[in-house]
Amino acid sequence: MKKSLTPWLCLLPAILFLGVFMVYPLIDVLVYSAEEGYNFASQSFWSVGLYNYSYVLHDPFFIQALKNTFIIVIITVPLSTGIALLISLGLSSIKALRDLFQTVYFLPYVTNTLAVGLVFMILFKKTAYSDGLVSLLIQTFGGPSVDFIDGPYWAKMFVMCFYTIWIVMPFKILILTSALASVDPVYYKAAQVDATPKWRVFTKITLPMISPMVFYLVITGFIGAFKAYSDEVALFGTNLNAAGMNTIVGYVYDMLYGDSGGYPSYASAAALILFAIVFTITTINLMVSRKTVYYQ
Amino acid sequence: MKIVLKHLTKRFPNRNKKIKEDVIAVNDFDFTIPDGKFIGLLGPSGCGKSTALNLICGLEKPTEGRIFFGDTDVTDVAVEERGVGLVFQNYALYPHLTVYENIKFPLGNLRGADKLTKEEMDKRVREAAKLVQIDELLERRPNEMSGGQQQRVAIARALVKNPKVLLLDEPLSNLDARLRLQTREELKRIQLKTGITTVFVTHDQEEAMSISDVIVVMKDGILQQMGEPQEIYDEPANLFVASFLGTPQINVFNGRIKDEKVYIGDSAVMDAKGQPDREVSVAVRPEGFILDENGTLECEFVNREVMGRDTSFIVTHPDFTGVNIRAIIASDETYEVKDGKVRFSLKPHKVRIFDKSTTERVKL
Amino acid sequence: MKIKPGKIINYILLVIWGLIVLFPFYWMILTSIKGYGAYNSEYVPKFFTANPTFENYVTAFTAVPLAKYFFNTLIFTVITTGLMMVVVILSAFAFARLSFKGKDLVFSLFLSLMMIPNELVIITNFVTITNLDLRNTFMGLVLPSVTSVFYIYLLKENFEQIPENLYKAAKVDGTSDFRYLTRVMLPISKPTIVTITILKVIECWNSYVWPRLITDDPNFFLVSNGIQEIRENGFGRENVPAMMAAVVVISVPLVVLFLVFRRKIMDGVARGGTKG
Repeated sequence: MKKSLTPWLCLLPAILFLGVFMVYPLIDVLVYSAEEGYNFASQSFWSVGLYNYSYVLHDPFFIQALKNTFIIVIITVPLSTGIALLISLGLSSIKALRDLFQTVYFLPYVTNTLAVGLVFMILFKKTAYSDGLVSLLIQTFGGPSVDFIDGPYWAKMFVMCFYTIWIVMPFKILILTSALASVDPVYYKAAQVDATPKWRVFTKITLPMISPMVFYLVITGFIGAFKAYSDEVALFGTNLNAAGMNTIVGYVYDMLYGDSGGYPSYASAAALILFAIVFTITTINLMVSRKTVYYQ
Repeated sequence: MKIVLKHLTKRFPNRNKKIKEDVIAVNDFDFTIPDGKFIGLLGPSGCGKSTALNLICGLEKPTEGRIFFGDTDVTDVAVEERGVGLVFQNYALYPHLTVYENIKFPLGNLRGADKLTKEEMDKRVREAAKLVQIDELLERRPNEMSGGQQQRVAIARALVKNPKVLLLDEPLSNLDARLRLQTREELKRIQLKTGITTVFVTHDQEEAMSISDVIVVMKDGILQQMGEPQEIYDEPANLFVASFLGTPQINVFNGRIKDEKVYIGDSAVMDAKGQPDREVSVAVRPEGFILDENGTLECEFVNREVMGRDTSFIVTHPDFTGVNIRAIIASDETYEVKDGKVRFSLKPHKVRIFDKSTTERVKL
Repeated sequence: MKIKPGKIINYILLVIWGLIVLFPFYWMILTSIKGYGAYNSEYVPKFFTANPTFENYVTAFTAVPLAKYFFNTLIFTVITTGLMMVVVILSAFAFARLSFKGKDLVFSLFLSLMMIPNELVIITNFVTITNLDLRNTFMGLVLPSVTSVFYIYLLKENFEQIPENLYKAAKVDGTSDFRYLTRVMLPISKPTIVTITILKVIECWNSYVWPRLITDDPNFFLVSNGIQEIRENGFGRENVPAMMAAVVVISVPLVVLFLVFRRKIMDGVARGGTKG
């Protein structure tokens, strides 16, 4: 009797925590999203239906957040993966200083996003005292003075994407360099004996062999970029709606908490819409990868 | 295409950085590999045989010396232009490509005047596949095939571009014992059919003996002996070659030449006409022992292993350099062991004498 | 030796990215040692400073409760990581070594939870913690993040690589399960445990969203919330050098941790860590 109890005792804490903070909320979020006119104070609601979804989808702030999120995803995922691939290829072809480069490239991973975001803000922001380093740099090349933090939308979006790429790069470079290192060098030798041109080695041997990892990065990249939030806060402050730079996750939190908060039903509906989008994109990604990626 | 090596030397900086002296992987190789032959580069691991293969292939550049294919100096020709086919030890088949695509891969590299049409490529691939008898498996992936089949694919891929020379790196080491025998014959068949000069590397003397037309024995980067398998077995140039070839190993005794006779201990086992007195190693092939009640070589009996066709006598002798002597005797001979002693006489053509200090062969 | 142009271009590319990565770090350190007056008088910021000063660091610790934020984060990190390790080790042990009815089913249920994004459950958790009156407490901060299915999975895989014969041998000697876990399995799996610990510490140190939702009392702010607070209200907004000093102070612990455990962290992340 005692014997069969031990495993469950070991699992008890995990089951308890997962139950309270993962499983129950999962069900609860569905319930919330269907409760129309939910009042946080009285914990009561009028009726059950799809009104919350309809409200969210008609909310201009949500539409703006949706647009911002999609722009971030579409720009940063391919760009960061491409640049990371380029850098990883460069890294794998050198011996001297390789360790140093790898260490430096990994640094953004271990830094506090909020803290370093502040540095980026300083570099890009226009103040009474200075136009900001980047803007000054543009001006020396004859460009206009631009405020990237409180200025035009595209300028803000540029900093946003730049910072996002800066943040996600270490992970991608790390994964791709280890993927490249795991390709048996004998294949390159074999290709060399057969007089294979360099680009053909890359497209026919290297790329197919690391393709599972590339797709892994694309999929996790999509998921991560769709959940963008704290990078935005780091650059533009907590009031993202005012800056016009809110994201879907930001919208969820705004609905939940703060000056505009107190609407868990709207938050739940928005979160579920996000989940549906991520789920769909991931499924499409997986379907594409089945067709094109070589798995060992 | 004959391959001529002229004073070929390859040095590497020592891996242990404290030692300044270079490692000499290949030391002054100077010989010709005849056209259309199957050549085995044989030696223990670390003897430089793989380096030698890489030099011929072009994956490594020699420190000194030249390499000729026929009359053309290819020393400075890059590997991709040298026109060699190389089969790697683990085959190096591209796992994401089918057998057909793997074999076709080298043809896809051809550019300019050499460029082939789709139909020509297809024809060449199918010919190569047919030659190695895998034309049924063209749509498979490498991981869906046995080791032996993978190797055939690798050979087909190496042959499809009609190389001047075919190089094989330890071609049998990744196969199990049964497949090894079968593949040995297969390799020989393909080589005979194509007539291509083929060089392979192995550490397995049995493998080298069984398929090579010519064996090159090397040790520590130095060429020990080159010749036909039987010749090397029968007339080894030094003690190393004698010990390295043949299973069970040759039995080596400490002996000496005195008064034109070869002695092991106090027993004179052979004549040595015209030889000055000196210390020697006396090496006797296992099949060189004759059970003989009046034989001069008296040994301590340890055990008798019955193998069916013949019997191994395991015996000891105080002047033997190893632990146990192994003598192979035909099973139909009968012999009584008396007082734990066995007496042998020796077949002179199975006994080879080597100078003690130089280990070089002493021809009697 | 001839140097190929391709190689030079390669190095140039690598150096450029290195500069892009390092520049913000350089800039925050540089700005943090510029005087307040000196900084504000530079319309075009200078790339070095002739008169380094540490007054900004003094300001950072005196004008805002940076030390408090720091200390809070430390407590939060230690408690969360410690509790999580206990929960994770126990579960991994149960899944890897003990046999019980329904093990496979429970494990697949655990695995399926890995797909649930945090954003989906955080809403209810916020309400739960609020209703339990745990806002602005360490309990409220810690509780939702003391389990990680991923780390359970990682450690279970590692535990399973320990030969079963060791367990049998220990059983023959009359060793209890608990003793076997602490004396045999944990020491053998130390590398993985260290990796998980470090990854969790990094995660805790940088966590922002949950602490922001659950704390509005600055006495319970973590560094991320603290820095946000500093950005919006601290130092009279424009004291950039002091802000940068705070950023340096916040960034240093993790950078030091990283430089010490470089191999471990990178291997651990390559094995399955993600960010974002």
